[in-house]
Amino acid sequence: MSLFLHRPPLLAVKDLCVEFATRRGPVTAARSVTLQIAKGETLGIVGESGSGKSVTSYAVMRILDRAGRIVSGAMEFGGIKLHDANETVMSDLRGREISMIFQNPRAALNPIRPVGKQIEDVLIRHARATHDQAREKAIAALERVRIRDAARRYHAYPFELSGGMCQRVVIAIALACRPQLLIADEPTTGLDVTTQKAVMELVRDLTHSEGMSTLLITHDLGLAGEYCDRIVVMEQGRVVEQQDTRALFTAPAHPYTRRLIRSTPHAAQTIRDLLPEDQRPPQPPAVAEPAATSGPLLEVRALVKVFESPGGLLHRLRTRGKSTGHAFRAVDGIGFSIARGESVGLVGESGCGKSTTSAMIMRLLDATSGSIRFKGHELTAVPAGGFARSPLRRALQMVFQDPHESLNPRATAAQSIADPLLRLDGMTGAGDIRARVEQLAAEVGLPCELLDRLPHQLSGGQKARVGIARAIATRPELLILDEPTAALDVSVQAVVLNLLADLKAKSGMSYLFVSHDLEVVRLLCDRVIVMRAGRIVEEGPTERILSAPGADYTKELLAAIPRPAHLPHHVGRAKVAWA
Amino acid sequence: MADTSFMPTLAIAVPRRSAFARGFAHFRYVMTSNPVTFFAFVLFALMTLIALFGPALVPHDPLATLADKALKPPGAGHWFGTDHLGRDVFSRVIVATRLDLLISVSAVAISFVCGATLGAFAGYWGGWFDRLSGRLLDTIMAFPLFVLAMGIVAAAGNTIQNIVIATAIINLPFYARVARAEVSIRRNAGYVQAARLSGNSEIRILLLKILPNTLPPMMVQLSLNMGWAILNAAGLSFIGLGVRPPTAEWGIMVAEGANYIVSGEWWLALFPGAALMLAVFIFNLLGDGLRDLVDPQRRT
Repeated sequence: MSLFLHRPPLLAVKDLCVEFATRRGPVTAARSVTLQIAKGETLGIVGESGSGKSVTSYAVMRILDRAGRIVSGAMEFGGIKLHDANETVMSDLRGREISMIFQNPRAALNPIRPVGKQIEDVLIRHARATHDQAREKAIAALERVRIRDAARRYHAYPFELSGGMCQRVVIAIALACRPQLLIADEPTTGLDVTTQKAVMELVRDLTHSEGMSTLLITHDLGLAGEYCDRIVVMEQGRVVEQQDTRALFTAPAHPYTRRLIRSTPHAAQTIRDLLPEDQRPPQPPAVAEPAATSGPLLEVRALVKVFESPGGLLHRLRTRGKSTGHAFRAVDGIGFSIARGESVGLVGESGCGKSTTSAMIMRLLDATSGSIRFKGHELTAVPAGGFARSPLRRALQMVFQDPHESLNPRATAAQSIADPLLRLDGMTGAGDIRARVEQLAAEVGLPCELLDRLPHQLSGGQKARVGIARAIATRPELLILDEPTAALDVSVQAVVLNLLADLKAKSGMSYLFVSHDLEVVRLLCDRVIVMRAGRIVEEGPTERILSAPGADYTKELLAAIPRPAHLPHHVGRAKVAWA
Repeated sequence: MADTSFMPTLAIAVPRRSAFARGFAHFRYVMTSNPVTFFAFVLFALMTLIALFGPALVPHDPLATLADKALKPPGAGHWFGTDHLGRDVFSRVIVATRLDLLISVSAVAISFVCGATLGAFAGYWGGWFDRLSGRLLDTIMAFPLFVLAMGIVAAAGNTIQNIVIATAIINLPFYARVARAEVSIRRNAGYVQAARLSGNSEIRILLLKILPNTLPPMMVQLSLNMGWAILNAAGLSFIGLGVRPPTAEWGIMVAEGANYIVSGEWWLALFPGAALMLAVFIFNLLGDGLRDLVDPQRRT
């Protein structure tokens, strides 16, 4: 891949420093960043949150917000000095020569304008089309990003399209004027793996056929490894390593890169492999097999959840008492069981009903029909609204997906953890509660001095710990983990996953691990359930499902996981991976 | 952001401070970060002091009439001049602060409490209660609000109590709407679900977990409404409803003084009018500061 080095760079960034003015004085977000992109090259910038990867791209586009300032450095794009170009030059370049696609495609589109018109706007703005031919060109652009039935989709509003379709439209807008450089800032975060694969392949094919250069900004080393020629690794505003993809994976030079590669679940044999060698605690002791006499802890049978579409008043009157055709069956008759001390992965793409299922088991949502038996008690007998007073509430707890959103912004960490103790255990006495909270904090590895902080004063990993401490405060028997690491950086994810494994080994809890990430499930779960469109597609021991999947859908999911060719893999080593 | 979990945490020893000390530190931060907020709070404190101690400090009796000194322009003896009955305008403006502030604060307090409760219940449970209360509030909003207040005071009787009630009713829909919207977007937030799992009852969740989080936008509404309420009370008095002469009140004073502007005695209407304007100005400035005070994200 080093052949790119001999070509003149399309974009050259030299010693770029970016500062943000904050309440506590200036914060340096990028420290002397130097990188180059050759014509036709795909360069990946990889780093965890706060590493300055997005800031670098914003600086190149000169779209830093008001607090941000380019302190020093030079940026040159095809002979134009970007660092002292004026706004007129920049707005001409943006969209025509350098385009950008953003993380949340739905937010990047104007919600009240048909997508076709939004493509036209860009074409007309950069004089690539006149009003008469703009429509044709816009439809052609939609066809180029493989949107079927483009002439009809031209009139669609963003809310009528799925997330993957929206991202295609954003790509169509970005590529409409045939730019020379495409900056993709986390283009597939929040999309399902199969959609991610489709979008990334589209970007790759289009950039190759047009001879464009691409700057892919991502936190996912696997994704960068699969699609990039060269990778720049950033940490805390600095470029720590810059290498060809193969060299980066086979001979990483910087310790941070090594840590990052290790934290990525692709290569790990066991959950401990995710952590740096010097920080690995001993393997968790094997869980003592519980007496098999007690039967399963949780048994779900023929569980159904139907969401009625509200419809108009007239419609409701007409169909009163009858089931309507507009109903959406989010969960469609599923059944499974969880034994004591077992951890089960529930895997599927967005909209498959996995979150609805977990909400019903947690009694946050009433089931339409079916039965949920927990320790022999029928849970559906108590309506969700009154379950707070049930003695079983203590035994069923949950860790939420977004650690930030699941903490009350006005409550300190200690108050959040103490809430279930006060309400469910009836603990009294400030001293006792404080002692118990500190004990729980120690269990999840949260330093005691952080207990009096508010959620926004904690980092993502610390917030995740607070959420876990709260969930285990009442010593539950079943803990549902709803994508507990989806919002976290890989190194933090590694630590949190290990923490969860240790807690389980210590207390013998059962886990229902809801996730879209098969790699993570592989490391944590004994058994996997694959769901699609409200039904269970496949169920079985993790090892078998991931190495020899039976259902086509499972194969598709496994094949969609981005895997750099230079890393050893443990998922789907069968031919499936290359299907 | 790199997590420092398994590594030894670089603990910067932060001494645990009492809630009061933390609150004061936050107050000081909000005041020093924005000079306009500081200015508004100083003026507000001054106005409150005048309302509390003004009647004891004024140089003249606000009701004493001195026929020989009628319509004297501002001067050394009477800073704001005297009115047509020889009463000292300065003393009357100062003394009126207490009454006007009392009316607006109590009216806004009533509408804040009632409106927030109504809106919070409607936003949390939805259903028929939401629809019913929503239409009721729409009905109130359908009237020109000042005309509605006039109608209520005219029908119920010309007392201070009725002015407070009328002002509270016309301000109610604003709080109810803000509270309803703010509660309904938080109804299924992650921390609310977590509170359900922690065994909180629904009413407890609403009152202790959701309502406090709706305070920042409510505070902005509150300060704007304080200005409206004070204008409304003065307006009612101006047209002869509400407070009656000879009580010192800004609205009446402007109304009485208005007759003398043509003949050149401008000070009768100008000074109470300026006091009114200043009060509305202070309340509007307070809004941002109040919001910052109750917003936990502003704490460092």
